[in-house]
Amino acid sequence: MPLYHNEDQAMLAETVSGFMAEEGSIKNQLRRWRDENCKDGFGHALWKQFSELGLTGILAGEADGGLGMGHVEAGIVLSEIGRNLTPSPFLTTAVMGVTALNGASDELRGRYVPGIVAGETVLAIAIDEGAKHRPERIVCKAEKSGNGFRLSGRKDFVIHGASADALIVAARTSGSESDADGITLFAVPKDASGMSQDSVRLVDSAMASHVTFDNVELAGDAVIGEVDGGRELLGRVLNAGRVGAAAEQVGVASGAFGITTEYLRTRKQFGKLIGEFQALQHRAAHLYSELQIAEAAAIKAQQLLDEGSEKADLMVSVAKAKAGKVAGLAVREGVQMHGGVGMTDEFDIGLYMKRDRALSEFMGDHYYHAERVAKLSGY
Amino acid sequence: MSDLDVFRREVRAWLEENCPPEMREPVRDEDDVCWGGRHFTFKNQAQKDWLDRCIAKGYTVPAWPKQYGGAGLSAAEAKVLRDEMARIGARPPLSSFGIWMLGPALLKFGTEEQKVHYLNQIARGEIRWCQGYSEPGSGSDLVSLQTFGEEVHDPVGGDHWVVNGQKIWTSYADKADWIFCLVRTDKTNKYQGISFLLFDMESEGVSTKPILLISGSSPFCETFFDNVKVPRDQIVGELNRGWDVAKYLLGHEREMISATGGGDRAGALGAMLARHGLEDPVLRAEIAQFDVDSLAFTAMSEKFMDEVKVGKGHPAQPNMMKYAGTELNKRRHELVMGAGGSAALEWESQASNDGAKARSWLRTKANSIEGGTSEVMLNVISKRILDLPGA
Repeated sequence: MPLYHNEDQAMLAETVSGFMAEEGSIKNQLRRWRDENCKDGFGHALWKQFSELGLTGILAGEADGGLGMGHVEAGIVLSEIGRNLTPSPFLTTAVMGVTALNGASDELRGRYVPGIVAGETVLAIAIDEGAKHRPERIVCKAEKSGNGFRLSGRKDFVIHGASADALIVAARTSGSESDADGITLFAVPKDASGMSQDSVRLVDSAMASHVTFDNVELAGDAVIGEVDGGRELLGRVLNAGRVGAAAEQVGVASGAFGITTEYLRTRKQFGKLIGEFQALQHRAAHLYSELQIAEAAAIKAQQLLDEGSEKADLMVSVAKAKAGKVAGLAVREGVQMHGGVGMTDEFDIGLYMKRDRALSEFMGDHYYHAERVAKLSGY
Repeated sequence: MSDLDVFRREVRAWLEENCPPEMREPVRDEDDVCWGGRHFTFKNQAQKDWLDRCIAKGYTVPAWPKQYGGAGLSAAEAKVLRDEMARIGARPPLSSFGIWMLGPALLKFGTEEQKVHYLNQIARGEIRWCQGYSEPGSGSDLVSLQTFGEEVHDPVGGDHWVVNGQKIWTSYADKADWIFCLVRTDKTNKYQGISFLLFDMESEGVSTKPILLISGSSPFCETFFDNVKVPRDQIVGELNRGWDVAKYLLGHEREMISATGGGDRAGALGAMLARHGLEDPVLRAEIAQFDVDSLAFTAMSEKFMDEVKVGKGHPAQPNMMKYAGTELNKRRHELVMGAGGSAALEWESQASNDGAKARSWLRTKANSIEGGTSEVMLNVISKRILDLPGA
């Protein structure tokens, strides 16, 4: 498969880019919900509009009312989300949630997927147990109880946790904390008794929950996939989230880069446009190169995932690490090149910096993924 | 089974039969590289057999048309051949500036006679070429070049140019048979006064002198032209419009240089270095970061090649590739030296293969200078891609 978008994908990109620049713009979404101190941190009306465009079911199978598309297409949407800093449950629900549910029973898919496709249901993904992404280690446990399970433990930084209709939870059903086996995924409904959430606003205005499970009784049909054999499915959910976050970061980086180069073309200092200074030109050109490379890595990873290639794991981590580094550079250079106004809330560049910080941590930062690249490469 | 699958089978069978085992070993040093040309001595029979068999099949330049010595393969077929060669670790049958640089320019700008004549010779490895671009005082700033070609109308010997001047950094000029050369043919116009000439290095008035480099080798030369007579029909493209040819060729050169920058290497550097242990965690971390960048760059190269095939992509993209690829390659060799420790310092010893690591490390420092410096590449990106003011 060539490493660029085919005609259908280019058309999707055009539709989504127009929609997101208008409906999903910083002014209409991020600033609005932030300034209104919205408890969800995103707008449900926009989620409904996503559904009208078919985006909510992008990864859901056609039998479930979805489009049955792949990670390349999801990446196109995420890239535009990133470019406009559009707050939305797309990554957690339509990408990671649906990937998990695609491995679930017909019954469980029937319970959640139609609502997702309709833009009514929101899912949250509960994996991390602490400030850093360490999915190799899962302590949160679910013990057999009658026909079902009893879940106890905690999950941290669950994005949209308090707004979600259900949480996809990775819990230990056997073995000890670092075992590969013994992991099971559950769909925990929002009203589950014994589950409590402490929701906090993050630097990028998104809402995240610290979730406590205190002997939460789950029916047997809450299990997604196989009991004790959830590591593989969890891997797919992680890959979907990582490659998706990488695509969103590429969008954040190119959005930040776009407003920065525009600023270089219009801002005057010392009687010259600042874009005339070679010191700034070279930094902008370097950043451009890095952006191109990050974008290519993301597309490569998306394609390998869609092909089911055995190289996908490695490339997903390459993409997340590279996109993380490059987006970090793009927002830092953006703020610096904006000078003093870059520090003001009025200018958007600072919002890009905040969103990038949050996306960097989401599903593993570039340190984590460079380490994973080393391990997967055999050193 | 698709046509491409059939082709893959054929290629696989052909390679199995025709690629000698000695040609499936990694290239260790300069001696292992087959450059062809009038004075080339083959290292062994296998090297010669491999070249002969590939020439017969058109596989030295698989994507060129058959009438010019190629195999006339489509882009997809050429990729299959590349992949299958890579799979068995086959060495390139022929390494040649003619293939990488001049050939593509001739295909685009040459007359039919020039194509039939020169491209076939290039494909058969009969002429070893060198490039006469840089001059003392005109490194990356090529439009300032001074070597001058004066037109002579000679009713007896035919119209020709008389070329005078000096070139520098002419790679392997001392081993080359012919040169493709930028010559000023009109002193009144800076850009449109340069022509692109081809001539024999054995012409009277051509002399070369190798330049000793910090790596201890002398791949580059100074080349002098003293009243060199060049027949009129050995000009490529239009008179005074050689800059068009030169720029097109530079695009290919930059691709070639960037491809050496971690682009076409399979796998991670860390995996290779780890065989000797990577006990320093900070070094290991830097190598891991490098591998992220290198694998991502490989994706970029692949994307670029895919885009070229369908005419997408920005024309200044090779500048970006050249910049990123060569900077990456320098980093790679710094890490190789760091991981090698004191053993990598050995300059003349059997264990170090006469300082192969150290010499390669020193050689890479030229990557971001030759073919246009990194700073020139950044200027081009600022101006032609980012459209920054006054750039």
